[in-house]
Amino acid sequence: MDTISTKLDKRSLELRKQIVNMMKKAGKGHPASAFSIVEIIRVLYDDILKYNPKNPKWALRDRFILSKGHGCLALYVILAEKGFFPKEELDRFCALDGLLGGHPETKIPGVEVATGSLGHGLAVGIGMVLAARYDKAKHKVFVLIGDGESNEGAIWEGALLAGKHKLDSLVVIQDYNKCQSYNRTCEVQDLEPLTDKWKSFGFAVKEIDGHDISQVKKALSSLPLEKGKPSIIICHTVKGKGVSFMEYNTKWHHPKPTDDEYEQMYKEVCGEEKAK
Amino acid sequence: MRKTVLNEVYKLAKQDKRIFFIGSDVGAGTLDEFKKDIPERFFIEGIYEQNLTGVAAGLALEGKIVYFNTIATFITRRNFEQVVLDLGLHHLNVRLIGNGGGLVYAPLGPTHQATDDIAIMRAIPGMTILCPADAEEMKRLVPTTVEHKGPIYIRLGKGGDPIVTNPKEPFIIGKAYPMRQGNDALIISTGICLKMSLEAADELAKQGIKAAVVHVPTVKPLDEKTILSLASKAPVIVSVEEHNIIGGLGSAISELLAEANFSTAKRFKRIGINDVFPEKYGSQDSLMKYLGISQESIIKTIKELGKENGKAKK
Repeated sequence: MDTISTKLDKRSLELRKQIVNMMKKAGKGHPASAFSIVEIIRVLYDDILKYNPKNPKWALRDRFILSKGHGCLALYVILAEKGFFPKEELDRFCALDGLLGGHPETKIPGVEVATGSLGHGLAVGIGMVLAARYDKAKHKVFVLIGDGESNEGAIWEGALLAGKHKLDSLVVIQDYNKCQSYNRTCEVQDLEPLTDKWKSFGFAVKEIDGHDISQVKKALSSLPLEKGKPSIIICHTVKGKGVSFMEYNTKWHHPKPTDDEYEQMYKEVCGEEKAK
Repeated sequence: MRKTVLNEVYKLAKQDKRIFFIGSDVGAGTLDEFKKDIPERFFIEGIYEQNLTGVAAGLALEGKIVYFNTIATFITRRNFEQVVLDLGLHHLNVRLIGNGGGLVYAPLGPTHQATDDIAIMRAIPGMTILCPADAEEMKRLVPTTVEHKGPIYIRLGKGGDPIVTNPKEPFIIGKAYPMRQGNDALIISTGICLKMSLEAADELAKQGIKAAVVHVPTVKPLDEKTILSLASKAPVIVSVEEHNIIGGLGSAISELLAEANFSTAKRFKRIGINDVFPEKYGSQDSLMKYLGISQESIIKTIKELGKENGKAKK
């Protein structure tokens, strides 16, 4: 699936600009991992999830777990935009007294589970689905996992259990950007045949371009993919999507960009504009 | 003890819809009544403790109170990060029930001997650690875990352990229980080591040494007030546990005594596993004796410390 040439619209570029702003102020972050999930998170919060920023613990809300917690920059800009916390908090990313750290925690309104160590979110999401099933609640539980994260055995332990219990209100979204910290996933730990793996664990599987808004929206609008099965949407994405020199470049997993590199990033996400 | 704790959980679950049970491939027939009566809150799942700890966390985040049971080593070592992050960091109401605390599984070797469980659970902020001495105490303990806030590790003995606690004494999490009075020495024990501690005190009394015994079923949070009050009067103090001397009850007491900065001369020693992997099998009792956790060892240690203390005073 050619996802590298998928064109990003104004809103997607604006969200990336805010991420670059956060990075620049803090001097740190995982930009490439965030850029690969911007469209997924954007569609979830614009069109799919039921939530109430004024009452983040509203019982009827859908649950969303960012299991690949290092992609949190993408989540933070959306949560701020939706009013879960003041936008000023974005300027204090990783500050001593800031609300927002390098991985999400539950003190942040809208964050269901603290993540960061990989492979935890799926099991916790499954527990939430089992609770909802017992309570006869209608909400869904969405868990966004990474591909590098899927090296963790705990992901596949969760897949076994979700398949066994036929948890069709569980929606796993896999950010398949095919790149992890050291190198491409096919070099470090190949996941292929990925679709067959999930199918064999009892999941209904759909593959989409994770940067194509209409595809993401369509896939997440008709769930479960199959009644009586947990769903997984495998999103083909590009690590670093939106900044040409970041795309598929392992240097950008957890970088310390130079001023020139920030300039280049701003050029790509918003023309010539500089940091606010 | 295992049968008691699980039956108590079942009884509580019948009255409280928040209570869920998860077992990781536990023994056949475990809690059949629970399975029959409340199948929707009864889960026997596979051998994936990391996964089940996360699942328990998810249930607890939704307001459930989860009792999760499997062998002590697998519910503390194997899933340690999930216990720290999913349960500890979120301070969730999950109760980890570890079968075979200490050397119960002596013949099965070091993979099944839980000799560091207290140490690793103690390192988790907000974790409560309960080590009852007998099934009678367990029966009184379980109901107190329902409304307790935050995660709990419950360490089980072998079962069929002699009843040495007082059935009329209400169990309170965080309370230490003085069991014998005496001003010559203080024996501080947890779990099933209470029995040998009481027997050691009885034997010492016959020899003219009056040793107090305090039972510490809650290793964390420690009942500092009771322990310090007793320790302040005792010239000789020993801790007794079926656990590595590093990180368990003995360490907790050492830290407490060191920071108390008593001005009077005192002697203290930890009795437990001396930082080794047990290299033998045998029974729980025989392996404990081999490793120096016994009534004889307590008596010998107290006498030696008493002599040292006599010298120190001079």
